[in-house]
Amino acid sequence: MNEQSNDSPVQKLPTGIGSFDVIAKGGLPENRTTLLSGTAGSGKTVFAMQFLASGIRDADQRGVFVTFEESAADIRKNMRSFGWDLAAWEKQGKLAFVDASPDPHIEIVESGGFDLGALLARMENAVRKVGATRVSVDSLGAVFSQFSDQSIVRRELFRIASALKGMGVTALLTAERTEDYGPIARFGVEEFIADNVMVLRNVLDDEIRRRTIEILKFRGTDHQKGEFPFTIVPDGGFVVIPLSAIQLKQHSSDVRISSGSRELDEMCGGGFFRDSVILISGATGTGKTLTVTQFLNGGAAVGERCLLLAFEESREQLFRNANGWGVDFERMEREGRLRVLCDYPEVASLEDWLLTIQRTVEEFKPNRVALDSLSALERVGTMKAFREFVIGFTSFIKHQEIAGLFTSTTPSLMGGTSITEGHISTLTDSIILLRYVEMFGEMKRGITVLKMRGSIHDKRIREFTIDGNGMHLGRPFRNVTGILSGTPVHVSPADLERIWSQFDADVGERLRGSTGADVGERRRGSGERRRSP
Amino acid sequence: MLRLFVTGTSPRAEVAVANLRRICEQELQGRYELQVIDVLEQPQLAEDEKVLATPTLIKQLPPPLRRVIGDLSDKDKVLLGLEVRPAALADSDPKPEKK
Repeated sequence: MNEQSNDSPVQKLPTGIGSFDVIAKGGLPENRTTLLSGTAGSGKTVFAMQFLASGIRDADQRGVFVTFEESAADIRKNMRSFGWDLAAWEKQGKLAFVDASPDPHIEIVESGGFDLGALLARMENAVRKVGATRVSVDSLGAVFSQFSDQSIVRRELFRIASALKGMGVTALLTAERTEDYGPIARFGVEEFIADNVMVLRNVLDDEIRRRTIEILKFRGTDHQKGEFPFTIVPDGGFVVIPLSAIQLKQHSSDVRISSGSRELDEMCGGGFFRDSVILISGATGTGKTLTVTQFLNGGAAVGERCLLLAFEESREQLFRNANGWGVDFERMEREGRLRVLCDYPEVASLEDWLLTIQRTVEEFKPNRVALDSLSALERVGTMKAFREFVIGFTSFIKHQEIAGLFTSTTPSLMGGTSITEGHISTLTDSIILLRYVEMFGEMKRGITVLKMRGSIHDKRIREFTIDGNGMHLGRPFRNVTGILSGTPVHVSPADLERIWSQFDADVGERLRGSTGADVGERRRGSGERRRSP
Repeated sequence: MLRLFVTGTSPRAEVAVANLRRICEQELQGRYELQVIDVLEQPQLAEDEKVLATPTLIKQLPPPLRRVIGDLSDKDKVLLGLEVRPAALADSDPKPEKK
């Protein structure tokens, strides 16, 4: 079906559509036709128009838009919201419409056989007139509804598709589908017309809409597989969020930065790493926001720029709390060391949040980013969308060599982990747990560094207190076991001695080699966090 | 006033032109003006009229605007589509009637 004049491999035409070229591994196959199929409202027309718009704007490639559905006037108006001035481009001869939308005022009677020769002539004329390299046809299904003789339309669409190839243009054809998971397109022929097939989905999952794009096939060339979330934003149009495009090739830094608390730095073996992602997990009120505040203050103190993404508390609350711990957010903000992005997580989808955050980071160029809290964002999307958000976010900031601090709220007061942690713990470099410890009728707070990639760290659970100057680390909890499981049990020194001696017999050598006071860790039983340096 | 859009000199175009001329001769003696347009030569005219299919017959005057697509092999359908009454009935019977 597809005749190339030579045997050279298929070239790709970069579309310029946000990150789409990444999943398409370069762009749309050049001089070929690509079918874009999707349900109503999945973003087909926007994609089709953006394909032309970015060609005109970024690559000086002219385009022709063939519309069978909306009138050219409607499209001009609708696309204004993306900042594309179609009328101006038309005047400059960079864009041409072939308006084949049905006119409700004209009654058409069919009498005998016909073809779509006039349409083809118009398309060829338009392509010639503007010197187009890109053509979008929106949408094939609407052609069928304009004529009663479907077999003719079928034949004619094949003819048009092959004529498009003859014109030497890269064409994008859209088609409707009735279901997000089902036949590729309504009339069952659309996918055979084109060389390549892509699918847009707009799935309602758990009352949340999730848009994805999938490249089904690219004849003779490579692409990334699977569904990729995307979003449509006013000032950027169609933006794909390419997860698998993220490479695990961030170089790693051994520069240490301060957590804002000297004592916590010591626990971490000298501070966090420059490009690390740290997760703070704890129940409500254990001091997560305080850790965040100190982290930001520690950055600002050495002249770094800090970004705070706050989804739990209002700006005023945050600033007041910081004041209570002796940190002046207002001054930091005035000096340009701090920016606070504060909103309800529900105002946007996770994909939109990721974009907003990325843009803010690119513009503000912070050295540190704190997010308080991931658990609040978890409510906004499905589990899958959330995981994608976290992966996208962590890899993005690691790429920029930004230190990231996330907080996660555990559902139970004592012990326990949250779903959030389960999803992201492997993505983080360090995990710090904040826990309530009930001892003799008194609530104490405990802190422990669970994981610190590439560094030795204090493995004890230490008590800490909070006062007007922030966090103060105290002594390790001795003679107590089961803090992390939420059921602390006091152990008498004699018992402790006996258990110690049993361990000594087995692995005493190794344990003595480390900090020598690993009571808390050893009692937890599971071996997952044994990362002896 | 009739305009017929055709593609080049394809067999279908010739059939449509012949059919149309015959219908006009028989039914609309002298009451018509016919323009045949080749979309390959004048695509801009097709663009202006938003013509998709060939052959397309457009009746521009008298109103209402009517379109018939196809090779015009069915005379009754053509006349019905154009909403012009055959000459034989034009003066006597106001109701559109099949012969």
